[in-house]
Amino acid sequence: MNTSLGLAGLGRRLVGVFILVALVLGLFAIFASPAMAENEMVGTRFVYTDLESGERVPAPGVLVTVDDSNGEFVGEGESDADGVVEIPVDGPGEYAMTVDPASLPPGVFLADAERATVSVQVLPNQVGRAIFQLANESEAGASAGGGVTFRRVAQLTVEGLKFGVFLAMAAIGLSLIFGTTGLINFAHGEMVGWGMLMAYFFNVFGLVGVFGFMEGWPAPFGGGVNLVWAILIAVPLGMAGGWVFDRYLFAPLRNRGVSLIAAMIVTLGLSILVRYVYLFAFGGVPRFFLDFTAQSGIEIGVIEITPKDLITGIISVLILVLVGVFLQQTRLGKAMRAVSDDRDLAESSGINVQRVISVVWIMGGGLAALGGVFIGLSEQVSWNIGFRILLLIFAAVVLGGLGTAYGALIGALVVGVGIQVSTLWIPTELKNVGALILLIVALLIRPQGILGSRERVG
Amino acid sequence: MDGFFVFAIDWGFIFDQSVKQAVDINAIVYALAAIGLNVHFGYAGLLNFGQVGFVAMGAYGMGLGITYWQTNPAIAVLIGIIFSVVFALILGLPTLRLRADYLAIVTIAAAEIVRLMARSTALRDITQGAEGLNEFIGPFRDLNPFSPGAEYGFGPFVWSGNRFYTIVIGWTLIALFLLLVWQLMRSPWGRVVKAIREDEDAARALGKSAYWYKLQALILGGVIGGFGGMVMALGNATVQPDFFVAPLTFFFWLVLILGGVGRVWSPVVGAIIFWALITFIQNLGRQLVADGLIPTSIMDTTQVDQIRFWIVGAALALLMVFRPQGIFGSREEMALDAH
Repeated sequence: MNTSLGLAGLGRRLVGVFILVALVLGLFAIFASPAMAENEMVGTRFVYTDLESGERVPAPGVLVTVDDSNGEFVGEGESDADGVVEIPVDGPGEYAMTVDPASLPPGVFLADAERATVSVQVLPNQVGRAIFQLANESEAGASAGGGVTFRRVAQLTVEGLKFGVFLAMAAIGLSLIFGTTGLINFAHGEMVGWGMLMAYFFNVFGLVGVFGFMEGWPAPFGGGVNLVWAILIAVPLGMAGGWVFDRYLFAPLRNRGVSLIAAMIVTLGLSILVRYVYLFAFGGVPRFFLDFTAQSGIEIGVIEITPKDLITGIISVLILVLVGVFLQQTRLGKAMRAVSDDRDLAESSGINVQRVISVVWIMGGGLAALGGVFIGLSEQVSWNIGFRILLLIFAAVVLGGLGTAYGALIGALVVGVGIQVSTLWIPTELKNVGALILLIVALLIRPQGILGSRERVG
Repeated sequence: MDGFFVFAIDWGFIFDQSVKQAVDINAIVYALAAIGLNVHFGYAGLLNFGQVGFVAMGAYGMGLGITYWQTNPAIAVLIGIIFSVVFALILGLPTLRLRADYLAIVTIAAAEIVRLMARSTALRDITQGAEGLNEFIGPFRDLNPFSPGAEYGFGPFVWSGNRFYTIVIGWTLIALFLLLVWQLMRSPWGRVVKAIREDEDAARALGKSAYWYKLQALILGGVIGGFGGMVMALGNATVQPDFFVAPLTFFFWLVLILGGVGRVWSPVVGAIIFWALITFIQNLGRQLVADGLIPTSIMDTTQVDQIRFWIVGAALALLMVFRPQGIFGSREEMALDAH
């Protein structure tokens, strides 16, 4: 229907999409102006797992410094016997807390040495919480050797399954889009980042961050909302993002007969553009959502899991089951699988292929956004999550079978469990490398993946 | 306001910088990497989204040759080549029988593996982690025929002896590889490679092993990219893992597409245009921020430096839609599809 669309028309649309993306993201960088208040602090609590007892214990005497957003020194302090340190600051706003790694107890390290500085958002009359992940020798060190116990394997497997279901939500979208259109969407990681950042934006700032005149309006207009509500806003925004990508960019490209390779390079360009707009808007320092951040784990049998991880994990499983039922039972779901199997045959049997593709993009966008929020909640919110996740998504979908929804699910679980359990033997910093090497090995042994069919790969 | 605008900007400096950067080491590295990509994508139709991995392999191979294995410069260069060849084999052997997009996925992942491995603490004893290799330049500087203290060049093109040495090496390599690619693509080998790109089944029906030819093309383009990494290492006197981030590959892609895919000269033209433009925009942006013409509440100096990523991303997408043939290419050459 769009074949008559001229170059100029497409140009307008493309430019429109770029402006839209840049505008929305550029604007959410403009923070709400700090209000008047007095009792703000930046604080953190240092705890680590003691090697001998296996208990979480506080780390006293850790030195920290706090700087404001201009890098000016604000204050410094030392953690007390409970591992707690709180430093008064001049008012609400953004601060950065830096820990001195040399002051950590012997045998305890920062889990990620690059994260000695974290950014903290301080709200009026609140303590802004910084979170530092501490690791003991066996968690940080290479080749833990004798540390392989049933308890640790179980713990890492559960953590891997948790990350696997988050990853699966992101991966199913990419796999379905590939199945129905043949396009590998290299910007899919940025759709994950979009959900994460939008949830952060509504969690912390609300629409007033964009439209200053909403100052004083009720949340989510005049301020941040609880993360649960922020998620309910972020996921529809993710779906809208997927719809916009298809409707205004990839559908016109398909109708113009632009080759798949060219379209793939378009997604690449888009991913770089969007990722660096995120960096511009969000800044380079990772942050945390305001709610549910500092939770202590609860023990279930031999494993320990935080309530937020448990709940997000269960929600993810429910949603994945729903996706499965949708694909298996509903007319639209069956149509999707039909288009994936054989597009021409599906079209000639009366399936509206454009509509199916549009729904696939919407679904992919929504799932990616939700996966992004959950990953942000269980780890942290950062601008460049997209690229890291993209590579793991690739590992998952190739392993499971490119183009199949269930393959993406199985692949994601294998990758999730694989990277966590592999830390028993390889250093944590290399766990993602392990997944990517698995991807190459899988292609050597079984290129069509676990569930894929052979004719798709040749 | 107009008068003030003209006054505040040092246009002479910006133009000098732009024309200088157009032929400086960065442009040479990008040109070499894009010549390699041209062999991959332009002639053989291979989707290499991890060219930066080959560049890293060349740089690390040469750097490790001196610092770790203590060899002489010639053998160090040879080790750089071997690293690139091995990398091509690892990538090519599992994927070249599959659809074109599998190579894309594997290359983008493998390039990131190289960077993560190089900066890991596990390999710290060999690769020096995030600080990278910094001790290899001596034996190369000993071979420098130019005087390190003196300045060489004219007008805006003035370099110290050491830098000028690298630039001469770099442009010589570019000339050699352009000649090689030009001759190869006119040879029977080149015709087979192009035939495979156009119609792999037809080429196979004529008894040509598409797999083997594609692997050779992957190795050749990878080694040329590896030389780009070696020039980078010589020019900067350091090999640091975080130089080899994934977006760099797509800078090379933009350079290639800008010039025109499948044309011998295009990577060089693309690199010159790319670096002149990026330097111009970047310096102009920095001065606008420094003069307060762009308020720091909108953008500060570090953020000006990120603009290049926006430009590259947008340009890559827009070029692929509106002018996939770039400046000199022909549209037919780019009407490729995944086989």
